[in-house]
Amino acid sequence: MQQVKPLFKREFAGYFRSPVAYVFSVVFLASAAILTFFPGQFFESNEASLRTLFQFFPWIFLLMAPAICMRLWAEEKRSGTWELLFTLPLTTVEAVLGKFLAAWAFFTIAILLTFPMVVTVAYLGTPDWGPIFTGYLGAILMGGSYLAICSLASALTRNQVIAFVLSFLICLVLLFLGIGLVNDLMGTLLPWWLAEGISQFSFLSRYEALMIGLLPVGDILFFILLGLFALATTVLVLER
Amino acid sequence: MSKEILPQNELIRVGGLTKDFGPFRAVNAVSFGVRKGEILGFLGPNGAGKSTTMKILTGFIPATAGEAWVEGFSVQKDSLETRRRIGYLPESSPAYPEMTVEEFLLFVAECRRINPRKNRQKRVEEILSLCFLQDVRKQTIDTLSKGYKQRVGFAQAVIHDPPVLVLDEPTDGLDPNQKQEVRKIITGMAKEKAIILSTHILEEVEALCSRLIIIDRGKILVDETPAEFRQRHEQHNRFRIGIEGIEISEAAAKLKKQDFAGSVATEGQTLLVKAPGRESIESALLKFCQQEQWSLKSFRKESGRLDEVFRQLTNPQA
Ligand SMILES: Nc1ncnc2c1ncn2[C@@H]1O[C@H](COP(=O)(O)OP(=O)(O)OP(=O)(O)O)[C@@H](O)[C@H]1O
Ligand SMILES: [Mg+2]
Repeated sequence: MQQVKPLFKREFAGYFRSPVAYVFSVVFLASAAILTFFPGQFFESNEASLRTLFQFFPWIFLLMAPAICMRLWAEEKRSGTWELLFTLPLTTVEAVLGKFLAAWAFFTIAILLTFPMVVTVAYLGTPDWGPIFTGYLGAILMGGSYLAICSLASALTRNQVIAFVLSFLICLVLLFLGIGLVNDLMGTLLPWWLAEGISQFSFLSRYEALMIGLLPVGDILFFILLGLFALATTVLVLER
Repeated sequence: MSKEILPQNELIRVGGLTKDFGPFRAVNAVSFGVRKGEILGFLGPNGAGKSTTMKILTGFIPATAGEAWVEGFSVQKDSLETRRRIGYLPESSPAYPEMTVEEFLLFVAECRRINPRKNRQKRVEEILSLCFLQDVRKQTIDTLSKGYKQRVGFAQAVIHDPPVLVLDEPTDGLDPNQKQEVRKIITGMAKEKAIILSTHILEEVEALCSRLIIIDRGKILVDETPAEFRQRHEQHNRFRIGIEGIEISEAAAKLKKQDFAGSVATEGQTLLVKAPGRESIESALLKFCQQEQWSLKSFRKESGRLDEVFRQLTNPQA
């Protein structure tokens, strides 16, 4: 496992070398701010909380995670550097972890850059710190699952655009499973236990409780297990 | 961990290696060994299966059948152990374009567990000067010319001083001076290593390799020394003798009677004498000319051109 470190360092530094990183941080922050202040009615809600921000995270991540991960493996395959990587004395697990952790670290930094909003909330009122903490924790965990899924999609192709679209579609499905309308529809079409089971796999409903300050073990485990499952599948895909 | 005892200093052994891509057989029952101190030249037309064989040997792709060992470790079963022992320059030397040369070499050195950091930096320094890369050390790899990029690939392959080197067209894209330099580096390292390199340049094989393998459509056609290979040429060991003052047909008739002359032909005032076997007939031939008191205008030994032998073998219709 010690060989995770050089891979992590290389990949993480790579984000700051390419303009893509800056572009997406800015786009992310801008969209977070715009969504929170306008449709989210941050000020009108008259609440010293970040709930308005958190509720847009699952939607923003839908674009951001595929953008961060699309090059992860697809680019290695296209440029042939994976031949170099996999003839170095590293295991595939180390390679997948190193790259994933770098993406996750970059992603976490981007999320934490919304910190000025916390300051704003603290300035405007006396916020309840519990939901702010769990909200960020949940966002980072949920982000991990998103990124693991996107890393899997990236390992399936040598084309970054295909990787992006594939990631986007898988995440979109996982998101929509939790929307009331979709749930109702499934309820009428499928036996209730199946519909219920499927809706368990939704990012939206899993993030709900964390947003309001709870620390539900089930939801946290869900994000972790989903992430691990996607990473393990990535390893299998790369080892063919 | 299973360790096979390989015969006679063999660092590499490949047995019955076969690779299928769908219905297409790219490598077909390839077997060979490489001993310490040997440089094996891998030749063959485009698409012959050279790179594929190297990819299997370095553990990048699995073989359909057959086995490969490096220093006694099985490439399939002890992949990490074998990869530690191999330095590999893949075809067209891929590298991360956004990294500088120095960063890239430090990265590879770290993955190769050259620790601690101080040793790593020292090693990278050595390699930068060995491969003439000091001038471009701070340049990102995507701005390098093809030859420099190739040298970066070579540098990362030898950074951990591996016992086994696998080089896929190491001098591809280098200018003649650099080709010479890289060949010198390879020869300099050869004593302690087993080296396989593929190339399309036949002179390179002659200058560099102690053995050559020609592979065509996945099969090994030839496995011998460059000198032996040269002897396959039909004009090998043929002498061109230009004479004066005597009727050429008369001279040819006299020569034909001699045992040492296999066949005699004429070309204007030139005699073409071919030896019956592989031994040189030079001294016998000279002595005979003296006895006969022919006045020689020229006397030249021909030797087979490697590329012509290569063409005959791999392109039978030509
Ligand atoms: N991943 C792959 N899928 C299908 N066919 C492949 C694959 N890789 C190689 N081949 C085929 O296998 C054959 C051998 O290819 P290889 O790259 O080993 O040739 P080579 O001897 O290195 O040729 P060159 O001199 O052009 O480098 C070729 O016909 C090639 O098209
Ligand atoms: Mg090749």
